[in-house]
Amino acid sequence: MNKTLLFLTVLVIATCGLIYELIVGTLASYLLGDSITQFSTVIGGYLFAMGIGSYLSRFVERGVAQRFVEIELAVALVGGLCAPMLFLTFTLTSVFPVVLYGSVLVIGTLVGLEIPLLLRILQDQLKFKDLVSQVLTFDYLGALAASVAFPLLLVPKLGLVRTSLLFGLLNAGVGLWSTWLLAPVLANPVRLRIKAVVLCAGLLVCFALGDRLTTFYEDQLYADEVVHATSSPYQRIIVTRGKRGFSLFLNGNLQFASIDEYRYHESLVHPAMVRARSVEHVLILGGGDGLAAREVLRYPEVKSVTLVDLDPAITGLATGYKELAALNGHAMTHPKMRVINTDAMQFLSEGTGSFDVVVVDFPDPNNFALGKLYTTGFYKILKKRLSPGGVAVIQSTSPLFARRSFWCVETTLKAAGFWTQPYHALVPSFGEWGYVMVALEAPDRHRPLPEGLTFLDEDTLESLTHFAPDMAPLPAEVNRLNNQVLVHYYEEEWRRWN
Amino acid sequence: MASVELTRRELVAAFLGASVASACQRQQAPRAPVPGAIVDRAVDTGHKLRGGPLPRAETFEPVDVLIVGAGAAGLSAAWRLAGAGVKDVRVVELEAEAGGTSRSGRNGVSAFPWGAHYLPSPLEDRGPVMRLLREMDAVTGVDEEGHPSFAEELLIQEPDERLFYRGHWYEGLYLRAGASAQDLEELERFDARMNAFAAARDAKGRKAFSVPVALSSDDAEWTALDALSMARWLEAEGFRSPRLKWFVDYACRDDYGTTAEHVSAWAGIWYFAARQNGKGERSDGFLSWPEGNGRLVRQLVSSLGPRQVETNVLVHTVEPGEGGCRVQALDARTGAPRGFQARQVVLACPRFVAAHVVAPWREARPAWMDAFAYSPWVVANLTLSGPPVSRGFPLAWDNVLYESQSLGYVVATHQALRQDERGPTVLTWYLPMAGADVKAERNKALSATYGDWEALVMADLLPAHPGLGALTQRLEVQRWGHAMVRPQPGFLWGEARKAARESLGRHLHFAHTDLGGMALFEEANWFGVRAAELALAGLGRKDATWL
Repeated sequence: MNKTLLFLTVLVIATCGLIYELIVGTLASYLLGDSITQFSTVIGGYLFAMGIGSYLSRFVERGVAQRFVEIELAVALVGGLCAPMLFLTFTLTSVFPVVLYGSVLVIGTLVGLEIPLLLRILQDQLKFKDLVSQVLTFDYLGALAASVAFPLLLVPKLGLVRTSLLFGLLNAGVGLWSTWLLAPVLANPVRLRIKAVVLCAGLLVCFALGDRLTTFYEDQLYADEVVHATSSPYQRIIVTRGKRGFSLFLNGNLQFASIDEYRYHESLVHPAMVRARSVEHVLILGGGDGLAAREVLRYPEVKSVTLVDLDPAITGLATGYKELAALNGHAMTHPKMRVINTDAMQFLSEGTGSFDVVVVDFPDPNNFALGKLYTTGFYKILKKRLSPGGVAVIQSTSPLFARRSFWCVETTLKAAGFWTQPYHALVPSFGEWGYVMVALEAPDRHRPLPEGLTFLDEDTLESLTHFAPDMAPLPAEVNRLNNQVLVHYYEEEWRRWN
Repeated sequence: MASVELTRRELVAAFLGASVASACQRQQAPRAPVPGAIVDRAVDTGHKLRGGPLPRAETFEPVDVLIVGAGAAGLSAAWRLAGAGVKDVRVVELEAEAGGTSRSGRNGVSAFPWGAHYLPSPLEDRGPVMRLLREMDAVTGVDEEGHPSFAEELLIQEPDERLFYRGHWYEGLYLRAGASAQDLEELERFDARMNAFAAARDAKGRKAFSVPVALSSDDAEWTALDALSMARWLEAEGFRSPRLKWFVDYACRDDYGTTAEHVSAWAGIWYFAARQNGKGERSDGFLSWPEGNGRLVRQLVSSLGPRQVETNVLVHTVEPGEGGCRVQALDARTGAPRGFQARQVVLACPRFVAAHVVAPWREARPAWMDAFAYSPWVVANLTLSGPPVSRGFPLAWDNVLYESQSLGYVVATHQALRQDERGPTVLTWYLPMAGADVKAERNKALSATYGDWEALVMADLLPAHPGLGALTQRLEVQRWGHAMVRPQPGFLWGEARKAARESLGRHLHFAHTDLGGMALFEEANWFGVRAAELALAGLGRKDATWL
């Protein structure tokens, strides 16, 4: 037998093995959120299943080579189809976690069988120390290749579905070429060969249809038709369109729905704009969709709007994607707009000059990196960039779904030395949504609401500051860089609703 | 070939333990070695002291106070004298840079520490450290109970600590994953004991365990704990949980550079009890800067005039006399002799150097000398093109490996005020040479080549960070022959340490963290200020104490 080819086999199956693990882990955290838990349970379960596989290998008494090829084909089938199958389960059924961990166990067990069986096939060819050393070397080399290629090359270029199918194909390929490689010790190589060819053909067809499959799944996942889908280094960006307009999702989380985003954005922007002493220079942090900018540009006194968003893919979409550009009133290309793709915290701490109104529209604090943007540390930097008489507003998650989180943001802003005015509005796509308006001292009313609003009028504006008993203030700790309590509150509270 | 692999494995086992050695055996994907170098000059200059006769100066520069050593202690002494308005003060330092073990470096990515890298925030508003922190605008207020609060951006941000165990990172430094009920019960009991020690006060109202050690109670009730080792104490108290023992051992290696077996129980308990008051109030957390305690060094230096600190000066003889001290030195670069005639001298170097330098001690070696033992350390800085890939709990400030004898690493860019966590960073990796025989440990540390250190650091970190080799652009290694004084059983409350603190005559005073018995900034600062105040008295100046 050709040993070099056998070691190449080890390399390929090791790569495939880790890729499946990464695919399932990524899918789990994509679809279920809470990536720490998902990744740790998937990896732990997978390793455990590999242990089962290794244990089971002892019961393979005869025909080791035959079994090895069959297992390769089985891994190719289950592993190769795992991503499309999981997407399908998630979109069509409610048993996703069961199927997820079921496939973790099946794939892990099969992968766990591979190396022990291969070692036994090779045991007569090499001295034990060389055998173990060489096989494990290629095994770990394969793992390295997989772990580097997965985030850098495979996911960005192929996506999860096609990556899964590609590695299924590779696995099936290993099965196929093993029928020649191991021919001397196989009872019936031809039959195996036929099975392998059929499997390869099947996977190849799926791979060719991969792009359409992905779209199909995203169509299922998002109730409406997916009309735009890209991945940036920061997130997966999806735009869907249905009867009631279109919606933007980042990593599966709804950012806005065109049917009621006006409620969210009018409430976000105008209470602060009408109370700021001046509105000449406005800063928007986050809000790369340009919808908050549209509201800001309703005031003719505005001289400049600076929009800082980390992800150029989002601001690019808001500028170049026709429907979104129309929805934001072509705000992104307005002569008063300046769009900067940088880190908001760095932008504030490293820059100079002050702003009359600051609109803070970050994603909810669901990880430590985002949690930093809701700390006294961040708000103190923000305070330094607010002009005298200036007003800022912070989107502060839902006071109904995440009541303590909302009041934690308010408490934190107070601790940072701000005057605060919490308020909320009903945005049907999101639910009851909360904001905190802040200033250096209680601001007076300086201008009327602009013409042409759909949601806000004087009476509505006044009603927003009333909180029903189930949203009323709760005591909360101050969120600081060195405690990040908000991330913990948030995770705990949203878990109850999901 | 086989023999080379064996040697490498043995090397890893010898420095980092058998678990790391077997883990790295499983991880032998070929990779290009990371470029870098050993950057210290640990072997050259200092050892001149022990060489043959050195040239003697003919002329002597007069100075009011000469401070020998520009580490945290010497600079604290200079800072204290500046505070009293004494102008004619010189600080001389053997190394090319001031800072001692608080030195730091900087490259295109970040500043980073070469040694000490954090200061636990003080629990009470008193003493010279608080004064220094106020000068740095690090103190934001003091509550009614006298509990100070500190600038948020200086306190370690969450997530602050994580622990790697068998393929996975976990939150915190105590390994909770898979802990048995017995383990958790012992942890709870241990915490309760430490809390009681923290609450303990003597008849004079002194805390049993305080910062600095000098303010702790000297009642035998607690100082008796100094006689036995921390490992023995755990044993005697019925603590058997391997996880708890690991946790305590980690604490000893982290703060004292050696294991619980070689640290006194008093010191071991001090680590847990001194930073809390037993009433549920704990220190606000650790204060840190990208350059570590290099920031504190910079603050101390900023109180001095431009030419007051002179580096590359090797002081080899201090002769106390009637009106002051005569000091013989060399320019460390040219070898030219230098001489000083100082009214007062603060010798701010460790005991093993002082024993060589103080002329009368060269004739008759002081009896206390042998009680002082120092742990060698090795610190490596890794410059990475991006954050390391890891499984489980996300990258924290302090990243510890459960099964390694290293202490893992801290992240220099952790405190950066930005949301985007991608981009280059610097990791500082620490290895205390914790074995019982410090001399053997020192030889071991100095005998390893750059190639060995590269292999060691990578063997340690690769299991936790696949692909780290390709991310690491440069690796620099600093070996510290005598990084930390060891609070071995009997040392902290023994006679030797007390005797070593005494001034020699009226003109020669001593300062160094080793006099406190623990290698901590607070001790260095305390003894620096104390020696400076003795020198002030020697100059006939009256000034209220800062202690």
